[in-house]
Parts: sequence; structure tokens; C-alpha cells
Amino acid sequence: MFSYTIRRILMLIPVLIGMTLIVFSLIRAIPGNPAQVILGQQASKEAVASLTKELGLDNPWYVQYFDYIKGILTGDLGTSLRTSSAISGEIWNYLAATIELSFVAMVIAVVIGVNAGIISAWFQNSWFDYLAMFIALVGVSMPIFWLGLMEQWGFSIELGWLPSTGREDVRNPIEAITNLYLIDTLIQGRFDQFVTAFKHLILPSIALGTIPMAIIARMTRSSMLEVMKSDYIRTARAKGQSMFLVVYKHSLKNAIIPVLTVIGLQSGLLLGGAILTETIFGWPGIGTYIYDAIGFRDYPVIQSGILVVATIFVFINLIVDLLYAAFDPRIKYN
Amino acid sequence: MPELAPEKQKLPPDHPGFEVEEKVSSPWLEAWKSFKKNKLAITGAVIVLLFILMALLADFIAPYGMNEQSLADKNLAPSSEHWFGTDDFGRDILSRVIFGARISLWVGFFAVLGSAVVGSLLGIIAGYFGRWVDTIISRIFDIMLAFPSILLAIAVVAVLGPSLRNALIAIAIINIPNFGRLVRSRVLSVKEEEYIMSAKAIGMSNGRILFSHVLPNSIAPIIVQGTLAIATAIIEAAALGFLGLGAQPPQPEWGKMLADSRQYIIQAPWTVFFPGLAIMLTVLGFNLMGDGLRDALDPRMKN
Repeated sequence: MFSYTIRRILMLIPVLIGMTLIVFSLIRAIPGNPAQVILGQQASKEAVASLTKELGLDNPWYVQYFDYIKGILTGDLGTSLRTSSAISGEIWNYLAATIELSFVAMVIAVVIGVNAGIISAWFQNSWFDYLAMFIALVGVSMPIFWLGLMEQWGFSIELGWLPSTGREDVRNPIEAITNLYLIDTLIQGRFDQFVTAFKHLILPSIALGTIPMAIIARMTRSSMLEVMKSDYIRTARAKGQSMFLVVYKHSLKNAIIPVLTVIGLQSGLLLGGAILTETIFGWPGIGTYIYDAIGFRDYPVIQSGILVVATIFVFINLIVDLLYAAFDPRIKYN
Repeated sequence: MPELAPEKQKLPPDHPGFEVEEKVSSPWLEAWKSFKKNKLAITGAVIVLLFILMALLADFIAPYGMNEQSLADKNLAPSSEHWFGTDDFGRDILSRVIFGARISLWVGFFAVLGSAVVGSLLGIIAGYFGRWVDTIISRIFDIMLAFPSILLAIAVVAVLGPSLRNALIAIAIINIPNFGRLVRSRVLSVKEEEYIMSAKAIGMSNGRILFSHVLPNSIAPIIVQGTLAIATAIIEAAALGFLGLGAQPPQPEWGKMLADSRQYIIQAPWTVFFPGLAIMLTVLGFNLMGDGLRDALDPRMKN
């Protein structure tokens, strides 16, 4: 296990280097003169020349790359062209919003998905099974931006139950400490604001969580069906143990491996989906940050935003792989 | 498909292919028989076929032109004249949804075709030649897969500029590693088969072995992966369109239609409802069909 952990971490190095290369090339791959493209056709020669110098585009590429890596290693993610402030300083606020949203979405997906999968497997071919698997099928094919719009229409516009955009009530702003509002409001003992923050989370996290939920439900069901056929589960049932005990103690433990894999894979979908969800719900997360940057051709922000999200994704997969090895002693890595 | 032969004996008695095994010789025919019995798969195939027909016959079945405007009739609710209602320019939404099928299917199909061809070639090269060639290609795949796919697509479009064509290119690029890895693993397993060894022994060239033995053995999983990838590609194209990075106005692309109608969701929710429903149904069709194909063509891939 220890040597596997070390090897798995070492394998990250070429991937991380490759990622920085791709992100680094982004701005340089723009056809024509990147500085001209960023500033637009009307920009003066002086402005173009000064931006070229600011972005370091006048140096040979390996010097530029070296500077870029040096910057990243010292925590310098560049300067936003739009706000003229350091990206490393402003990115956390956005990132926190995305982490909060993704985390809640994943919790919804896992809790509902795993339980629906278990119940479906237990009552195989019942109406619940058919209904759950039908919903899961549709859920997998759902464009989340459409689901988000439909939620807004139904629950905000028509019923008026939940807020349709943002993270907080603008008339009663939340004082940010960690920028994870659920935690911040609890620290400050502002339960009214906690409820507000939570209400703002419901619609976007359901939109974001639907696809992973559907996939997890299908996966749990099929691996549960397999496990339930095994002798020791039959014995446990024959001994007259209650359904709850049999399912949760014996089967779930074995079914967790494939589900874990799916959760790892889905986190990428979740982080990517966050961009779409955030633009619909006006959620001030990293997706909105990148999306706005595209509109302003703020390439340093696009680059760093993508790099940060991809790095998080890579590390989530690392953790999932290590958990995978820890959960299943039968798996041997050579 | 010689390598499927030993698999047959291992089929469990409840497998759909089991009883026909005696009568049928071709694995393709066997797969078709098993596909035919799968109700969900057939439903998917019918949905896909309907959308293909809609795209092909759009000029004949659409009641109005795709960009035919009538400002007097803007944001009309669904009625017998406009089944799906009209949008802010007074354009008939049903007609735009019908013409939109052309764009979505076109992008989905050609993006996946591009990634399947490039991915398969890279996968074959990596798997067959092994060693440093394999290491380099596989690492590139790893790096590409390290990005959430839609993010990589956004990055590509950010460089190339927003347009439908560039969205197609971006989607093709992000799907390359999926095909590459799939074909590579097939090649690795086929490479050790005896008939490949004998082909080598009689002096057959690498190219001939690759294209007359190794590639045909990977066709079934490529078809399965391809069908499922079209579903994802259609969603990705719609997502890019929705973000304003794909199709540009006045193209009736479903994702772009959603984005343009968002601001009228209060007065005219139907402008948002129908294009999204079209995306979902098409994607559902391809997903159902892909799942069915997987069960029929490649029993080992089944969960």
C-alpha cells in the first residue's frame, strides 16, 4: 500500500507538467498576434506592444514557460487583464463558492443515488425499481443547463418557493470568513442567514447533482444485484437478519468499490458542469469567473482558472484511487 | 471476429445469445438478434431514427422557415398554428427545433467520427508498437483526461474563436483519448493471439497485420463507444452553444436557442422548454441505443 501510494503520487508529475504545458500554450496558440487579438482591432501599436511585454510574449517560448512555472510554484497565477489584480488573490472567493456548490451536489447525488440503487436492487422488478431506473435513464441524458432553467421556471418563477439566482440575500449580505457561506453563517451564529444560504444552494446543487445521481443509482443497483446473489448474503438472509442489517452491513461494503470509481469520475463532470450551472444561477464560482473572462478575452484568468480546476480534479482522482486500494484488500498493484 | 469464438461457450444459460448459438454462425447476426429483443434499445433506435428523418426532411416537414420572422406574432403561446409557440422574433419554434436537429446530429456525428478515426489510429500505433511510442501517446491521453472535458473544449474554443465549426473541432479533440485508450487495450489483447503471431511468422507487414487483423477486431467496441459518444457530443455542442461559444445567431442550434430565450422565460416559458426537450430526447435515444449495442456486441463490457 505504501509503495503504491508513492508510485501513484510520482505518476502525477508528468501529468501536472503536461497540464501546465497545455494551459501555457493557450494564449500562444491564438492565431495572429495574441496581444492584438486580446485588445481588439482598434488598439494602438503602443498598447499592443506594452501588453506583449506585460505578458512576456516577446521572450523565447522556453524562457516564457520557465517564468510561468516559476510563477506557479511561488503562488503567482498572473494578473487579471480586466481587474488588474493578482489572480491568486481573487480566485479563492470564486473557488470557495464552487467547492460549496459541488460538495452539496455530490452529497445529494451520493445519498439519493446510493439509496435509490439499494432499494431498486432489493425490490428488483418492482414499480419502484422501474420508476427509479426510468428517472435515472432520463437523468443521464439531461442537459443540466436545461434542467437548471426548468427548475428556475418551476420553483422560483411559478411557485416562488426558492431564490433563482445568487448565493445570498443582497439586502442582508453574509459576512465572509472562509467564503464557504454555510460554514461562515454557522461560525457567526446567524441561523437566519444559514437558512438563506442553504435555500440558494438547493436549485443549483440539484441541477448539478442530477447526472452523477443517476449514474450512481444505476451503478449501485447493478453491483448490489451481483453481491446479493452471493452465498454469504443468502446465508445472512436465511439466518433471519433484518433487511437493514443485511443490506447495509454486508452488501454495501462490497458494492462501495465500483461506486467509489464512479464518484471519482463524476467529480470531473461535476467541476465541468459547475461552469454551466453557475452561469444559469448567477453563482459567483470559478465557472462564472472563467466564463466572464472569456467574454473579456482575459486570457490569464482563463488559463489559471482552467489550471486550478484541472489540478483539483487530478487530486480528487488521486484520493479516490488511494481509497480504492484501501477499501479493497483483494486489489493488488504491481 | 475469431476471438469471440471461445467466449460463446462461457455464456450463461440466461444470456439472450445462448439459445440461438447453435443456429447462428455470424457474431454480427447474433448481436442483431440480441439487440432486437432489447425493448429499451429498440426504443432508442426508433428515437434516433425519427430525429435523423426529421433532420433529413426538415425542408418538407417544417411548417415555417427556420428564420422566418413575424414581429406581430412574437412570444405566442403554443396553438394549432404554432404547435410549440413562437420566440421573441416571432419565429416558429417547432420549425427551428426541426432544423436544429440537422445541426446537432451533424456536429455529434462528425465530431465523433473525427475523434474515432484519430483516436483509433493513435491507439493502434500505441498498442502495436509499444515501448516509447506507447509511453508518449498514453501520457498525452492521461494529460488530456486530466481536464474536465467541457473545460478542455472551452479552452480550445477560447483559442480558435467561437463558431459551430470550432465547437465541432473542440468536441472531436476532447473525445480522442477515450477512443485511443479503448483501441489500445484491444490491440494489446489481440496482439498476443496466435494468429497474429503466425501472421508475423509468415512475414506479413506491420501495416497489413494492423489493418486486416487488428483493426477489424476493434470495430465492435468502437461502434458502442461511438454511439454513446454521440450522445455526449450533442450535449457538449449544446452546452458550448448555450455559453455562446458554439453556433452563432441566427442558426437554430438547440443550446443557443435556450440561451437566447432565457430572458423571456417568465412571459414565454415554451421558448425554453421545447429546444431543451429536443436535446434530452436525442441524447436519450443515443444512450439507449448505445447501451443496447454494448449488451449485444460486447457482452464482456456489460456491468
